[in-house]
Amino acid sequence: MKLKKTVILGAAIAGLLGSSMAIAAEQFIGLPSYRVGPYAAGGSGIYGGWIDYMQMVNERDGGINGVKLTWEECETEYNNARGVECYERLKNKGETGNSVFQPLSTGITYSVLDKVAKDKIPLVTMGYGRTDAADGRVFPYVFPLITTYWSQATTMVKYIAGKEGGTDKLKGKKIALLYHDSAYGKESHAVLEKMAERYGYELTKLAVAHPGNEQQSQWLQIRQLRPDWVILWGWGVMNPTALKSAAKTGFSREKMVGVWWSGAEEDTVPAGSAAKGFTAAGYNVAGADYPVIKDIETNVYAKGKGNMEDKSRVGSVYYNRGVVHGLITVEAIRKAQEKFGKGKALTGEQVRWGFENLDMDEKRLAELGATGFLPPLKTSCLDHEGSGKVKYQQWDGSKWNVVTDWIDADRELVRGMIEESAAAYAKEKGITPRDCSKEM
Amino acid sequence: MLYREAGQFKASYEADQQIFPILQDRVGVLLLIGFFALVVPLFADQYWLKAILIPVLIFSLAAIGLNILTGYAGQLSLGSAAFMAVGAFGAYNFMLRIDGMPFLVAILLGGLCAAAVGVVFGLPSLRIKGFYLAVATLAAQFFIVWALVKIEWFSNYSSSGVITAQEIEILGFAFDGPVSKYLLTLFVVVVMALLAKNMVRSTTGRMWMAVRDMDVAAEVIGIRLMRTKLTAFAVSSFYCGVAGALYAYTYIGTVEPEGFNLDLSFKILFMIIIGGVGSIMGSFLGAAFIVLLPIALDVFVPMFLGDLVSSSFVSNLQLIVFGGLIVFFLIVEPHGLARLWQIGKEKLRLWPFPH
Repeated sequence: MKLKKTVILGAAIAGLLGSSMAIAAEQFIGLPSYRVGPYAAGGSGIYGGWIDYMQMVNERDGGINGVKLTWEECETEYNNARGVECYERLKNKGETGNSVFQPLSTGITYSVLDKVAKDKIPLVTMGYGRTDAADGRVFPYVFPLITTYWSQATTMVKYIAGKEGGTDKLKGKKIALLYHDSAYGKESHAVLEKMAERYGYELTKLAVAHPGNEQQSQWLQIRQLRPDWVILWGWGVMNPTALKSAAKTGFSREKMVGVWWSGAEEDTVPAGSAAKGFTAAGYNVAGADYPVIKDIETNVYAKGKGNMEDKSRVGSVYYNRGVVHGLITVEAIRKAQEKFGKGKALTGEQVRWGFENLDMDEKRLAELGATGFLPPLKTSCLDHEGSGKVKYQQWDGSKWNVVTDWIDADRELVRGMIEESAAAYAKEKGITPRDCSKEM
Repeated sequence: MLYREAGQFKASYEADQQIFPILQDRVGVLLLIGFFALVVPLFADQYWLKAILIPVLIFSLAAIGLNILTGYAGQLSLGSAAFMAVGAFGAYNFMLRIDGMPFLVAILLGGLCAAAVGVVFGLPSLRIKGFYLAVATLAAQFFIVWALVKIEWFSNYSSSGVITAQEIEILGFAFDGPVSKYLLTLFVVVVMALLAKNMVRSTTGRMWMAVRDMDVAAEVIGIRLMRTKLTAFAVSSFYCGVAGALYAYTYIGTVEPEGFNLDLSFKILFMIIIGGVGSIMGSFLGAAFIVLLPIALDVFVPMFLGDLVSSSFVSNLQLIVFGGLIVFFLIVEPHGLARLWQIGKEKLRLWPFPH
């Protein structure tokens, strides 16, 4: 009798489980994260914020139109070979395979660039990667969303011009570019040189060898040069070292502008008081007062499901950047569901369409609780960048404060360069660019 | 019993000079090659081919390269990754700039470029030894990567300094799927490994070993030090260069100079230390160990501990376990995994009547 009961109960449970599985579709997102190594601070913050946002969507809304988000992490250690392994491992997981691959590493991005088009998985490289991939005709599966290094460089010149009192005042000014001597650091050269020709400022490029904890000679040069502005194109330990050396050299931190990989708490806190007054770009802002962060706190952390070990990092620049990754990924899936069927798990190819047709205007951002948190974004077949806007934040010694509104990039200049570079790539690889008028 | 060589008489010079003089070895190697060339492609899926087997083969080749230099000729080097980079960029430029360049010729030419660079950076070995030489090769590591970033011609003026490998086509057949790329890699690696195996027991190899064991004595018996050391650098760099070209063409596809950094050089050095210094088979075992163990840890550790601890802890735990296992292996078997096989072979020889 007892046995019979158990069998019936078991069957009932199995039936329940089976039926619930059949009903609830799940969208799988593979996360090639890195939580160890020299860049662990960035990796753990961004992937942590992203996971928290997806957790929040599952908890608060029950997923996207009922489709629960699932994910799995794969440790890449910021290493290209490990990144490729993760890409292959995550590719076919979940109901419909991996929906999107966002490695947060330029090297891994390049390593999977050719593979994603074959496997039909969108590759999102927010704020890094191959700039010319913004030309969606040549790179249908690659999305350097929001903004690119080239766009950022133009906003820096705009920001400096604003401080000097107009672009005509730039003539004869001296700008020093202190850059990480790598492919990443060199991304800035072409644009800044082109703008130097246009506005007549004098650009001096100073390379800092990886990892950048030795900058004596560069700052000696800066002392001799007496530039009006220093652009800091740094990464990792190079940033606090630059700030400390600037303090030692006596160069005003108010006259230093950093890229978005120089503008996190992890870059300024180690520099101590030397960082005060330093300004950096960001396509997301710091702060925990935005409704979207509040939602994460009430729906995720209050239930003890948060991903961050150190809860005080919630609201930091890297964490919020992760939330932006989450916001945009979820929006793209939602958009794709509108076309391919609500409540269904989508393939990478379908999610790609979502990324290409994103429209996050002010109204939508307000609904998402992210007004001012990230810039409005609208992508198309031609334009995989979608915005080009950044805000500048200043470090006051204990936190980042937003000091500008969204500054728009000189998109005309950047777009020309992107198309030229993408066309060269297409020619080298024998790719026929898509005809965007035929895309739906 | 199983491994008995008794009764295998060599009746001709050819038989005496085979690469594998023992019948069991010959059969074993043939079976192994047959298994990987015929059986594996039938059953392995894309993940296994693209993410596991191809990198293991490529790193094995690089490890053979370093083993020739460090294990056989006794010259410590920390520049293997840089020589791989020269091979990759060399092959890319030959493919790019010469129309109709056959792929296999291009990777050999890439290897030759690496050999030439290796000889240049091998020159200090005539004067300095041991750890000091390691520092000199460290200079090669940094200089080559710097030069590849700095001189834009190497990357065909690409704005970010990366190169994208062209499509591989041999005699009209396009190698674009994982199976064909795997077979191509396997072919190159097997041929070069057999060549290496043959080389290390030839005059050249014996000269290398003589120099390794005591260079003064080697000089006294008439071995020319300069030539011997430089050939070791050339051959070693050639192997690394070909491995680098394969890394770009059959594995990653798009490579940046920074991908070939010091970490990779160290990794290749660990491969030969774990696998066995001075052993061709050890290079394969070491490469497999260093490539597969972190992946296995990344798969299995979260599986067992995933829900109990945070993901940061899991990631750090993998590194701790990995480091611990390396220390464990070095204590238990300081001569590497290849030595374990040798011990096993001796046991098999006596089995089932050990004395």
